[in-house]
Amino acid sequence: MSKVAWIRIAIVAGGIGLLEVACRSGLVPPTMVIAPSLMVSAMAGLLASGDLAPDIAQTFSSVGIAIVLSIVGGFTIGFGLHWFPPLRRAFDPFLAAYYAIPHFAFYPLLIVIFGLGSLPLIVLATLFAMVAMIVATLAGLDRIPRVLLKTAQVHRLSPFEEMWRIRLPAAGPHLFSGIKLAVAYSFIGVIAGEFILSTMGVGHEIAYAYDNFDNPRMYGLILFVLAVVTAFNMLVYAYERHLAKRRGA
Amino acid sequence: MISLRSFRDPILVVLSLVAMWQVLHQLAGDSALTAPAPTLAHLWQMVWQPRFLPHLRETALAFGQALLIACVGGVAIGVLLGGHRLSGEVAEPLLVGLYSIPKITLYPVILLLFGLGMPAKVAFGALHGIIPVVLFTMNAVRNVNRTYLRAGRAMRLTPWQTGWFVLVPATLPEIFSGLRIGFSLTLLGTMLGELFASQRGLGFLLMTAIDLHDVKTILAIAIFISIFAVTLNSVMLAVDRRLRRRTAHDPGSRP
Repeated sequence: MSKVAWIRIAIVAGGIGLLEVACRSGLVPPTMVIAPSLMVSAMAGLLASGDLAPDIAQTFSSVGIAIVLSIVGGFTIGFGLHWFPPLRRAFDPFLAAYYAIPHFAFYPLLIVIFGLGSLPLIVLATLFAMVAMIVATLAGLDRIPRVLLKTAQVHRLSPFEEMWRIRLPAAGPHLFSGIKLAVAYSFIGVIAGEFILSTMGVGHEIAYAYDNFDNPRMYGLILFVLAVVTAFNMLVYAYERHLAKRRGA
Repeated sequence: MISLRSFRDPILVVLSLVAMWQVLHQLAGDSALTAPAPTLAHLWQMVWQPRFLPHLRETALAFGQALLIACVGGVAIGVLLGGHRLSGEVAEPLLVGLYSIPKITLYPVILLLFGLGMPAKVAFGALHGIIPVVLFTMNAVRNVNRTYLRAGRAMRLTPWQTGWFVLVPATLPEIFSGLRIGFSLTLLGTMLGELFASQRGLGFLLMTAIDLHDVKTILAIAIFISIFAVTLNSVMLAVDRRLRRRTAHDPGSRP
């Protein structure tokens, strides 16, 4: 491992160690932050007890559905817009302004329309994540070198083959960054929605534990969510590195 | 520069969105989605009510403070990390990781640290906005063309002059992009903070409107916030494009 990575690990470990010392010595009261070691044991206890299993299943299935919908939908819409430039010109200002809107202001409306449950969460997360995928798809398709398309013509590839063998691999890196964003945004959308108002799910459990001053449970859950999301992001990142290496970048 | 054409597309988008809204209203009915005209009328009426103003002021104040912290703090940290290569390399993956986690799960921690009320909202908004500002500023400072700095030395500029005449113009376009994204995220963070456990502000009005099943108010507030966000964003986008065009025309900027 490189020197930079070691320094990074040392800083993170040092920060956690400092927090541990501060909490154990009573400098930081347990009503504010509990010691990191207690967070880990609380998380282990929660996972072992199994009473969170339905919430975890609910949250992750909502996130999974939102990821699939936003990636497939985003790619399809992005592809369609690329195919039909007039439509794209009309939508461009909309796409540019999209992430300026604080989407969570619309969550109450979604609850009114879809009722309280996982449906408004999935819709919220999909709306939040899909446009990132649309923008990434457009960026990827825009930047395909013309020479590759000419090569496809020279080889008389069918439209489908051209798509599969030339366009998709060439747009790959951009599509991948779109997927990365779609995954992160789906998690954020579902968990934030659950946190604000819902009856089930990990986000709801965190809010519930906060309301009941149950700090060990709250910190255990927070640690669990952050650990899962970070592990997932690192996996995607590692796969991206692997792809980039194969390309010879 | 400003022609009728540049206004045509956004106007078309707005018109089609309103039309879509009307169609959805016809399909879903009044209890799920109120029609555009009454909602906008309700918004207009609401804005002029005296009881609306304190909530608006609360949100604006929280957002303004958070934005100030995110911009000033973000640029300062970004300049430090960009200027010092090693610390930049150490910090970047940590910042990117922090950027992509659902920060809402940290909100209870912030509430415990700062207590219920304005400081927690400000901290949460700033936490959202500061990371993109740091990342963009860091990249901008890192990528300053070395030739400019050498030219500055050749002309014997003082450090202050180097900063003002070389570094600021060279990094401004990229930093401004970071500030634009930071603006949107700060607004998102402040709103999220208000939607959970708050007693005042637009987010609080939204949450009380859910309890009353007051669709018209929910929609009116959501539209109000969106109009504010989109208008400011498009102004900043225009400035952003102009800054970038200016640097693109500058023949010296090619490495």
